[in-house]
Amino acid sequence: MALTFKHGIHPDYYKELTAAKKIEKALLPKKVAIPLQQHLGAPCQPLVKKGDAVLEGQKIGEANTFVTSPVHSTINGKVKEIEKHPHPVGGKVMSIIIEGDGTQKEWGNGSIGLDIEKITIEEIRAKIKDAGIVGLGGAAFPTVVKLTPPKDKKIDAVILNGCECEPYLTSDHRLMLEEPEKILWGMKAIMKVLNVNDGYIGIEKNKPDAIDALENAKKSIIPNLKIIALETKYPQGAEKMLIKAILNRKVPVGKLPMDVGVVVQNVGTAKAVYDAIKYDKPLIERVVTISGNGINEQKNLMVRIGTSFDDVLNQCGGMKKDSEKLVIMGGPMMGIAQTNLEAPVIKGTSGITVLAGDAIRPSDYKQCIKCGGCVEACPVNLMPYRLTDYARFNRPDEFKAWGGLSCIECGCCSFECPSNRPLVQWLRVGKLRVREAEKGSSK
Amino acid sequence: MTGDIVVISVASMGGIGAALSLFLAYADKKFKVEEDPRIEGVLQILPNSNCGGCGQAGCRMFAEAVLVGKVPITGCVAGGQAVVDGLAKLLGVEAQKANKIVAVVLCHGGEKEALKTGIYKGEKTCVAANFTSGEKACSYSCIGYGDCVEACKWDAMAMNDNGLPVVFHDACIGCGACARACPRFIIEMHPIEHKLFNYCRNKDKGAVARKVCKVSCVACTLCVKDCPQEGGIDMIENLAVLNYEKCLQDTDAPIKRCPTKCLLYGEEEKMTKAFYYASLKKPAA
Repeated sequence: MALTFKHGIHPDYYKELTAAKKIEKALLPKKVAIPLQQHLGAPCQPLVKKGDAVLEGQKIGEANTFVTSPVHSTINGKVKEIEKHPHPVGGKVMSIIIEGDGTQKEWGNGSIGLDIEKITIEEIRAKIKDAGIVGLGGAAFPTVVKLTPPKDKKIDAVILNGCECEPYLTSDHRLMLEEPEKILWGMKAIMKVLNVNDGYIGIEKNKPDAIDALENAKKSIIPNLKIIALETKYPQGAEKMLIKAILNRKVPVGKLPMDVGVVVQNVGTAKAVYDAIKYDKPLIERVVTISGNGINEQKNLMVRIGTSFDDVLNQCGGMKKDSEKLVIMGGPMMGIAQTNLEAPVIKGTSGITVLAGDAIRPSDYKQCIKCGGCVEACPVNLMPYRLTDYARFNRPDEFKAWGGLSCIECGCCSFECPSNRPLVQWLRVGKLRVREAEKGSSK
Repeated sequence: MTGDIVVISVASMGGIGAALSLFLAYADKKFKVEEDPRIEGVLQILPNSNCGGCGQAGCRMFAEAVLVGKVPITGCVAGGQAVVDGLAKLLGVEAQKANKIVAVVLCHGGEKEALKTGIYKGEKTCVAANFTSGEKACSYSCIGYGDCVEACKWDAMAMNDNGLPVVFHDACIGCGACARACPRFIIEMHPIEHKLFNYCRNKDKGAVARKVCKVSCVACTLCVKDCPQEGGIDMIENLAVLNYEKCLQDTDAPIKRCPTKCLLYGEEEKMTKAFYYASLKKPAA
């Protein structure tokens, strides 16, 4: 019996669409739009002006706070405009629009490996910060913040997250197959920064080839690393679920993994850390899975940050000519629906899923029949059917008292609901109303 | 013996009753909460609808506040002139003119005008739909699922056939519930004297705004030039913003050259409740 957590769901994964497809380099985009906010935390201020020439990898935006992450130009070219541009997370965000000149930089390509003894911890931290690395799993939390725990918090374990439990997405899976050494060297650097000996990699059982690849690679790099095969279940890759499954520790509500002595990083982040240390290469590209039944050719692409969704989809043969399509940034469970394909790929874009026809869920819903399916599915032990009523009828106090704020918006409850009720959407409304009520009362 | 039972029970129950009533009478004196006797009087004048438009938690709170002078007697937006006069008489202060304020929906990009780029299949309320980009390409526009109409307790709003909320100028009492319900802050509360409005909130550049909606403000600055008062209209973030302190609202000159007709004069007062329902009965022209 493989390790796992309680509750959760077993959706159809559709990973076979792209699991065997090698990561290809995407075409060099002619134009990129780099949003000044791609991470959790303070937005960046631009360091360049309209008309400036910029180079690939040049820092073009920075902020002077701790929880933030700089942004870099991803192509050689000229700053065409600094303006509000559609953002995949919604609305418009100040972005730097760069027009490329068609040339690109060659990043170092020597033998794989780091001289880990020689680099100091401060150097590694500085390089990670300068490279603008954020968590590549999707939430885009600045990595250096996770690697700088407060003095009173003792970290004794690092977990690399290779679960990739979202249906359709295979970007982490391919990365583990194709570049296991780089991931492991990145992991070694992370473990050195945190001064930790216990390293784990959690991978769902449905990726046996990735487990083998890492088992083979780890012997010469981190022999004592434990590679843990986890049950294939959604949301196994959620931070708190992963910690529960591997270490059997429970992260209290409102606390961080740091509070139970754990740091979790995505495998993609580890690879980016390696690139930053070895080649001083900032985070300017990432693996994006383009999948779903609405796209003509499913692929795993190495895409430069700032490439528009339109560009990316066109390289995959374009969308099918169905009447109705659903373009999602990320996977179908937690992804964000897009209405404007001018929006760029950002650091947190792990995939673009295009659904069509039957794959799109119908919109009408029926009464709650109190079957308890949502309660059974909820990985954080909430009662979604009850919380959603508090949200709909605007009762923020009860919503909070019943633990609504610890919802991780994984979508299990909506998935399970036989009446097709949009539970997650209401839960988000509930959280918003609690925040509004708290803001109002503190006035 | 039956007589004894009657006597005993009357005496004992009566005795307990008398003792407790004495205690209650004492407690009433001893623990009396001193309250301004005028509160009751004020409450009789107020509408007692607890609409919250004055910014207080309810009519009683307003009554307490007005008696200590924390809020002006014109603070009750729902009551109108009658309440102001009543309060002035009761409190012995000079009568003032009531501030009548009404809600104004500052978006005219309905089904016919706004470009749609998506199909929204989620829960049909504005607050839920606002988590997505919504159906319309304009990210500043009215979402159109009527959270404001739902919030209006005065039957002073309705969704028209163009998918936009309308405020009945005569029925709106200015409580501001609709403005608080709108997740995109399109509804503003304005004194009834204001007649000139820019019915667009799109802060994008003109060319971008024009693409997504027929009645968007394209930041052409013609109205800024045409406003007879210097500084009456400013161009802030690609949007004509009216400076009501300077713009005297006495002429419709600024709207004459507006290319998209997002700037309109005197539109609000046309829309009375009777007018709206009469327009529904007429077949579309």
